Amino acid sequence: MSFNLRDWGANLWANANKWQRYVIAGFIVVGAFSLPLLEGTFFNTPSTPFVSVLFYPIGVYVLMALGLNVVVGKSGLLDLGYVAFYAVGAYTAGILSMHTKLNTWEILPIGIALAMLSGLVLGAAVLRLRGDYLAIVTLGFGEIIRITALNTKSVGGANGITNIPNPPTTLGFKFDLDHPRNYYWAVLILIMITILIVRALSIRRPGRAWEAIRQDEDVAELMGVNTYKYKLWAFIFGASVGGAGGVLFASKAMFIAPNIFTYNISILILAFVVFGGMGNIWGVVFGAVVLSYIPEKIRFISNARMLLFGLVLIIMMNLRPDGLLPRKKREKIGVAGGKSK
Amino acid sequence: MDFSILTDQFASLTFDGIALGFIYVLIALGYTMVYGVLRLINFANSEVFMLGSFTTILVATKLFHHTIESDPLTGFKLVYTMLAMLIGSMIVSGVVSVLIEIVAYRRLRARTSNRLTSLISAIGVSIVLSEAVRMATSSAPMGSPRLLDKITLVTIWGADIRVDTLLVIVFAIILLITLDLFVNKTRLGKGIRAVSMDYDTSRLMGINLNKIISTTFLIGGLGTGAAAFFYITVYEMTRFSIGFELGLAAFTAAVLGGIGNIRGAFAGGIALGLIEMYASAVLGTQWRSITAFVILILVLLFKPNGIFGESLQQARV
Repeated sequence: MSFNLRDWGANLWANANKWQRYVIAGFIVVGAFSLPLLEGTFFNTPSTPFVSVLFYPIGVYVLMALGLNVVVGKSGLLDLGYVAFYAVGAYTAGILSMHTKLNTWEILPIGIALAMLSGLVLGAAVLRLRGDYLAIVTLGFGEIIRITALNTKSVGGANGITNIPNPPTTLGFKFDLDHPRNYYWAVLILIMITILIVRALSIRRPGRAWEAIRQDEDVAELMGVNTYKYKLWAFIFGASVGGAGGVLFASKAMFIAPNIFTYNISILILAFVVFGGMGNIWGVVFGAVVLSYIPEKIRFISNARMLLFGLVLIIMMNLRPDGLLPRKKREKIGVAGGKSK
Repeated sequence: MDFSILTDQFASLTFDGIALGFIYVLIALGYTMVYGVLRLINFANSEVFMLGSFTTILVATKLFHHTIESDPLTGFKLVYTMLAMLIGSMIVSGVVSVLIEIVAYRRLRARTSNRLTSLISAIGVSIVLSEAVRMATSSAPMGSPRLLDKITLVTIWGADIRVDTLLVIVFAIILLITLDLFVNKTRLGKGIRAVSMDYDTSRLMGINLNKIISTTFLIGGLGTGAAAFFYITVYEMTRFSIGFELGLAAFTAAVLGGIGNIRGAFAGGIALGLIEMYASAVLGTQWRSITAFVILILVLLFKPNGIFGESLQQARV
């Protein structure tokens, strides 16, 4: 392909001076915040109001895909139990709102902290394993969390937790069923913070360490990268984003149950990352937006969406393993020579 | 926690655990043999099991027109009906397994050595198969007609030795001995051992890799298909998610015994079958499905090469 959108975007950014960069970033931010204006146009979704779709699935999934991207895309650690952190966040919101008077914004940091803690515990235990074992152990962890929630009476068992309060009115923005736009803006702010953090980490030491680990873990270790430590940090960072997604989801849906947090969610998020381009922030955002929007827009796909995502995984891996918007060429130098084991 | 069930029914739990264990052993072959030659977790093997279980039931209901209400069969008719179910399930599973290799892994193997890529492709295949069946069956479970009258043959220490579980154990042992002879005594089996010992060198020595790999997937599929038949004979029910439920337990069995090691898979499968039965007696059946995962994590943490060590010959350096 002669025209590469990823390189075009990267060059545009690289060749821009400080003020041009502010203008580009401003356009992106304003554009993202004004997406609810598309309500009532061609983009309308048939069964759910468009602005609600912008929050869930699109916004929440973009956020989680960004978190998983750090784990799978940047560091090459295949996590098939990412839903566990989403569940930890959501259940934190559910349990704390049941027993305390904390509001959503106060619960959010607690949810993130608990998700990070579970990421730390799981990661510390399993990150010494080889890559392909990691996939199946994380999958098992996701199931353990779900089945534990299912069999624990104090968190509602199979019925889950109901009547989780919406976030309080903040700075004049109301959060209830009539104001889905404010939820979208809230998740958008979280997405932007996540993007800024991931970008900042990527160009600094952690980003270089992740890249080295992804390309060849043994060599990275030999070159003095503390691979265990950086893998653990990637894991914890991914967990924190998943937890944030869970808290937000619970406060909007007002209801959570174990059957929401299945293995399918982990696969869904993985498909977003793989489709857009592993390791590339904008590719992942693009992948998550497109793949979570299509089943909402075209209803008959909705039932077949997991089938669609399975096909996406096979086709992308066979034809375009770097995704639709692959990471920058500069970062791929090591892969070209990566034929040998 | 209630240990009284465990002590009261220890013999019967043990017997059921061994029968379940043999089903795990046969599914585990699909993981452990492929891992032996390709160092790849054959994620889609669980869906091979799922397709085998549906095939078993469909052979009985569509080919022989048995319904849930039909009376159990006897004599010669019983033998050939059940053989047809077993062979049908084995053929479908074997063919699907070989096709999966060609569609999802072969291209990737030629192009890249990145294991993440193959693994994600394998997960994709697994999702596609289970979702296709979910949509075709509208998520409804499918029951099997009872062809074999499940009479109790003898009672040992209070455990009823039923004819169906005994059948599973006997047939599984025959299949495993055949497999062991095949891998250790035949030319093709020698090829499989060579490739699992050293992939690159065996190619240099003139071994047709694609043939060996297809054979491996075929054997794995046949074993998994047989397991599906035995599962239906004992439990008489399947659904689209059965692969996810049993396949991952079987993978755990393979890891427990040392993945890539056929005799290890045998030990791992039996051990896991017993542990699951005992654990569900003590903790309650609702926890049964995560027993395997907890064991998997513990094994990988404390003895990552499994009880019998990894690989048919030796673990990689």
